[in-house]
Amino acid sequence: MLFVCMTNCPTLIVTVGLPARGKTYISKKLTRYLNWIGVPTKEFNVGQYRRECLKIYKSFEFFRPDNEEGLKIRRQCATAALNDVRQYLSVEGGQVAVFDATNTTRERRGLILKFAEQNGFKVFFVESVCEDADVIAQNIVHVKLGNPDYIHCNTEEAVEDFMKRIKCYESSYQSLDEVLDRDLSYIKIMDVGRRYLVNRVLDHIQSRIVYYLMNIHITPRSIYLCRHGESDLNIKGRIGGDSGLSARGKEFAKSLRKFIQEQNIKDLKVWTSQMKRTIQTAECLGVPYEQWKSLNEIDAGVCEEMMYEEIQEHYPLEFALRDQDKYRYRYPKGESYEDLVQRLEPVIMELERQENVLVICHQAVMRCLLAYFLDKPAEELPYLNCSLHTVLKLTPIAYGCKVESVFLGVDAVNTHRDKPENVNVQRSTEDALQTVPAHF
Amino acid sequence: MSKRESTLTQNPLEKTWVPWIRSRLSQRRGSSVPQFTNSPTMIVLVGLPARGKTYISKKLTRYLNWIGVTTKVFNVGQYRRDATRSYNSYEFFRPDNTEAMKIRKACAIAALKDVCDYFTRAQGQVVVFDATNSTTERRELILSFAKDNGYKVFFVESICDDPEIIAENIKQVKLSSPDYANCDKEEAVADFLKRIDCYKLTYVPLDDSKDRNLSYIKIFDVGSRYLVNRVQDHIQSRIVYYLMNIHVTPRSIYLSRHGESELNLLGRIGGDSGLSPRGTKFACALGTYMRGQCISDLKVWTSHMKRTIQTAESLGVQYEQWKALNEIDAGVCEELTYEEIQDNYPEEFALRDQDKYRYRYPKGESYEDLVQRLEPVIMELERQENVLVICHQAVMRCLLAYFLDKSAEELPYLKCPLHTVLKLTPVAYGCKVESVFLNIEAVNTHRDKPVNVDVDRDPEDALRTVPDHS
Repeated sequence: MLFVCMTNCPTLIVTVGLPARGKTYISKKLTRYLNWIGVPTKEFNVGQYRRECLKIYKSFEFFRPDNEEGLKIRRQCATAALNDVRQYLSVEGGQVAVFDATNTTRERRGLILKFAEQNGFKVFFVESVCEDADVIAQNIVHVKLGNPDYIHCNTEEAVEDFMKRIKCYESSYQSLDEVLDRDLSYIKIMDVGRRYLVNRVLDHIQSRIVYYLMNIHITPRSIYLCRHGESDLNIKGRIGGDSGLSARGKEFAKSLRKFIQEQNIKDLKVWTSQMKRTIQTAECLGVPYEQWKSLNEIDAGVCEEMMYEEIQEHYPLEFALRDQDKYRYRYPKGESYEDLVQRLEPVIMELERQENVLVICHQAVMRCLLAYFLDKPAEELPYLNCSLHTVLKLTPIAYGCKVESVFLGVDAVNTHRDKPENVNVQRSTEDALQTVPAHF
Repeated sequence: MSKRESTLTQNPLEKTWVPWIRSRLSQRRGSSVPQFTNSPTMIVLVGLPARGKTYISKKLTRYLNWIGVTTKVFNVGQYRRDATRSYNSYEFFRPDNTEAMKIRKACAIAALKDVCDYFTRAQGQVVVFDATNSTTERRELILSFAKDNGYKVFFVESICDDPEIIAENIKQVKLSSPDYANCDKEEAVADFLKRIDCYKLTYVPLDDSKDRNLSYIKIFDVGSRYLVNRVQDHIQSRIVYYLMNIHVTPRSIYLSRHGESELNLLGRIGGDSGLSPRGTKFACALGTYMRGQCISDLKVWTSHMKRTIQTAESLGVQYEQWKALNEIDAGVCEELTYEEIQDNYPEEFALRDQDKYRYRYPKGESYEDLVQRLEPVIMELERQENVLVICHQAVMRCLLAYFLDKSAEELPYLKCPLHTVLKLTPVAYGCKVESVFLNIEAVNTHRDKPVNVDVDRDPEDALRTVPDHS
């Protein structure tokens, strides 16, 4: 077991809040984070169930509190979603389910609490409260207009209808109350993170969730990820080590400086690992940078500084095992990708807090960070393409992340080894080395 | 900025790469700890007496220092005791006692002056200003002072109206205060309660509306609820996280190393060997001891290394493995004896003796790295109740240093012998330690700092303090 056991019983996270308060944004982001750190998590968006049930959204009238038909359907959808939650947590081995809906009445929350109690789930509420008209308007523009509900409307119609929709909820909205709800576990997020009220955190996972929610923000910014410039060991096809930049690597560093200057980024923070090649790259930029030991490349243990051919020669069993499960495989006296993720969690947390950051790191490290931002599962993570001399610019938009890949025009070796077809421990050397990239 | 490529040179002690500009080493120091904050930060406590302010102050300071943020507590009550020679009664704290009010204000100002000195001369990063700070006026004074000096301010307010908790506080820490040295228990309690009443008259808690632009955390009822407002930066975020994870439920933490290992017997460091016969005996004895402690709900943690897991297996209870609890990585020196290290890497060996805390083994780790690695373990230990941690020498030293507030200089030399369990029980403002040797002989693995730490020393001088081995 890698982590301390997060929780004995599964956890149901329940969002609370009027429409356009960021509930789905929080749900998706939290789910992505929890899955990345190894806690199987799934979100259940009740609005999605409603869309499948209704097929066609007509107008805000569906949400009127006196619309009996509408209320019936909405209750059915919530029940259907809860059934799927039960399936996920009790049968499929999920650990956390995020129940994303308005859940704005005490009655609805009571139903959920009862359901959780019957099934042995812990409940943690996440309420988002916001009265800032600008923020709400922004939300509507960014995520509601692109919503299937409004696919046939023009912007003005959509906004108007959505505002009326919010009004339908307002009259019956019962915010989590300090007194009436004092025995519940919850966090109330006010004004997009300016203020938080945290009540009765019960266990480790809830504590981590609170910490995460208190560190994220929505200020527009970009995160730049790139590897160090090509290194001397890269050219020789050797993994790991602590070598310096090759001539082309130094060229890349210069191109990187030019690229950064052209991007004209406000208040850019630059982070490197503590390995020579990332530091050399940063030195060329001529700006202050911070060294993080946690950004060091994956420790290949006994295989440090070997070529793949040598690993196959000396450790053919290890080489095959790695191909069988590259995420969990740990080099003898070294690390696994799974270990890397644990090591990188504080980096991700600080990236969430920061604004514009350039992270100059390494192949395996960059794959882990990228997987976090792009929500890639453990199976795909170790095979993500992170080539040398290519900067990935990540910009959060709507519920996800836009990626721009910029190759800075300086050639470099390819260090990406695809998963070979034959991962059998008895495979031939040829089969094992099929996908090794060319090197000197 | 210069476009010239500067060559990098590796700092021989910490193995960090720094630019070599002309003939001097660059000031840029790559540490394993990223920058927590740009400006000095004042953490200002707020709350009536007996609400745990000093407890929080001391604990927070201990934690921050351990993770590498130089922090100091300034307790205004101490200044008051120094200024008034002897404490007579609660009357001193009456809001209409103008003479006393003058003294109290002077004490606060004297403390603030020392805060300034600490930040400028001692290069401190964080100050914890421990006083009631229960009026808007007093807090304004502090905010003004901080603004003038460019310090960030973060308030920590503790609110509690549970009479039982307050009574317990008074019993645990007030009765033994110098103020009440010559009183009997009942007198002391009566006087202290009247003292609290004096403050209640003028207490203005942080206000949701009026203080909405301040950065603060309000702790209600010893942690059942928190209100957090405007966290400004990384260090404040870490402080909030820490405060939200600590609790005051009585419990004990048991720290122990694995049983004696095969490599221990050979005087070799690191590696991943199994238990020696004596080590196996210890594992059994540990089981017996722990059962004798009769603890409900004991959690047992080990590292991922064979010797701690073998030790835990003997206990016959569930345990959790943490990679973060693995022994310090000695890099190229893994599985060597000290004699071999002296033989093959005499300079490294000397550098280590010069600064054992910051020294990083080539391709390995330093104690400083270890502390960073162990921080999530400490955080989880704070959350938990009764825990037995079966770990390793360097790791145990780091954990112990956290609980016993030992400095970075002392940490790498703390005594953590094999086959000895340390039972830590929080008490008042600190930690009680009971050391229990389980009566099974084992080699000594503790190497004291030798007198001669010079890189040119004789092997004899270098190896003087190496403990015996096979």
